[in-house]
Amino acid sequence: MAALPDAEALCAALAAALAPRIGPTSAMIGIHTGGAWVAERLHAALGMREPLGFLDIAFYRDDYDRKGLARDPKRSKIPFDVAGKDLLLVDDVLYTGRTVRAAINELFDYGRPASISLVVLAERDGRQLPICAQHAGARIEVAAGMRLRLKRSEQGRLSLELERVA
Amino acid sequence: MLRNPQLNAKGELQHLLSVEGLPRELLVQILDTAESFAGVTERDIKKVPLLRGKSVFNLFFEGSTRTRTTFEIAAKRLSADVINLNVAVSSTSKGESLLDTVANLSAMQADIFVVRHGSSGAPYLIARHVKPHEHVINAGDGRHAHPTQGLLDLFTIRHYKKDFSRLTVAVVGDVLHSRVARSLIHGLTTLGAPEVRVIGPQTLIPAGAAALGVRVCHSMKEGLKDADVVVMLRLQNERMSGTLLPSAQEFNKHYGLTADKLALAKADAIVMHPGPMNRGVEIDSNVADGPHSVILPQVTFGIAVRMAVMSMVAGGG
Repeated sequence: MAALPDAEALCAALAAALAPRIGPTSAMIGIHTGGAWVAERLHAALGMREPLGFLDIAFYRDDYDRKGLARDPKRSKIPFDVAGKDLLLVDDVLYTGRTVRAAINELFDYGRPASISLVVLAERDGRQLPICAQHAGARIEVAAGMRLRLKRSEQGRLSLELERVA
Repeated sequence: MLRNPQLNAKGELQHLLSVEGLPRELLVQILDTAESFAGVTERDIKKVPLLRGKSVFNLFFEGSTRTRTTFEIAAKRLSADVINLNVAVSSTSKGESLLDTVANLSAMQADIFVVRHGSSGAPYLIARHVKPHEHVINAGDGRHAHPTQGLLDLFTIRHYKKDFSRLTVAVVGDVLHSRVARSLIHGLTTLGAPEVRVIGPQTLIPAGAAALGVRVCHSMKEGLKDADVVVMLRLQNERMSGTLLPSAQEFNKHYGLTADKLALAKADAIVMHPGPMNRGVEIDSNVADGPHSVILPQVTFGIAVRMAVMSMVAGGG
């Protein structure tokens, strides 16, 4: 299996690709937890006007009836008015698309954005919904029974890892 | 060992019957979840889709406006359908038994029963008889427990004081009749508050109070000294047989919270009250409306706490 790309390098490349698209109505929102880490990197690199927003989609998940509420939901914080904004929604790995579906639903409970673009560090096969990323750092093959995850070390360094699904 | 009737086989919250017996991690999980819901209640659209298609039955065999209303608001913000039953004046008066009432509502496809009952233990009885997908939340039973009030008190204390490990909490007044006090005291000791004091006349302090791990004080001077949190309890006129207290005025003189007595507590102390208040009896107006009072924030936090509890019991298979 090929080595996984370096997550920090992917963040830097994503920021460079996004830079020309940032305008006065742009704002960024990271999805807890991995997406928030990536968004922190991008937001700092891009010097955006609006502060960074965070979403925890626990209250919008579609598997609540099967799995119940996540144990440690974070508080969603969007410190700007989303109405009329061109939102960059940031996640770590795009897989089934269900997290993004939930995030979009939640965003509309804050207001009506002008647009939403999806930015992900990495995408893999397995979409279950008609959702795609406008900006993806990398496309990674993931074997059946494996999961691609973003980790953050104690020093704050991001890395992609493959792990077996329990 | 008998399984805790509030928890399922995986140790998750199945019913909320009492704060007593809830492990510390679960208490913290409820408070953390409520913190996330507090964010929802600050938005323009204060609603999330979690309980869409579920039915919450408010079953109040005993009157209560605030508790019933905040449960109703919480359920609606979770997108549940809410049915309010004033059972005290309907089925029961026609002689229907508690379990028959519940069985009928179950046939109407209930998911959550929020139960207030004058008899201690009634929610336990219901919890033993409901179907696996039905959940019971105790909204106050007799003198026994009022867990969501206890939890919202804990949430309020944590909100203002951050950490329980160095707090002195004084609970003042009619501890004997107070299910609120009982739930709060269990929660405080579970979360590690080092000093919980109960203050009141001998006749209104339960005989076994010291066994709960609290310090019993019979004077405000002793009990309020350097307190971080002062919780005033309502003097429950309707529960008093008349022999426990000479008069409300006498009670106010010794145990009513006045600005002078509050000055004994820490300068940044917060004052709480579960409501409804008897102004001029257990608490003076200038304290209830003063800068230390967090009585109205308690009501707001109560919504987020009840959202947390409902969404935690009703999720999963």
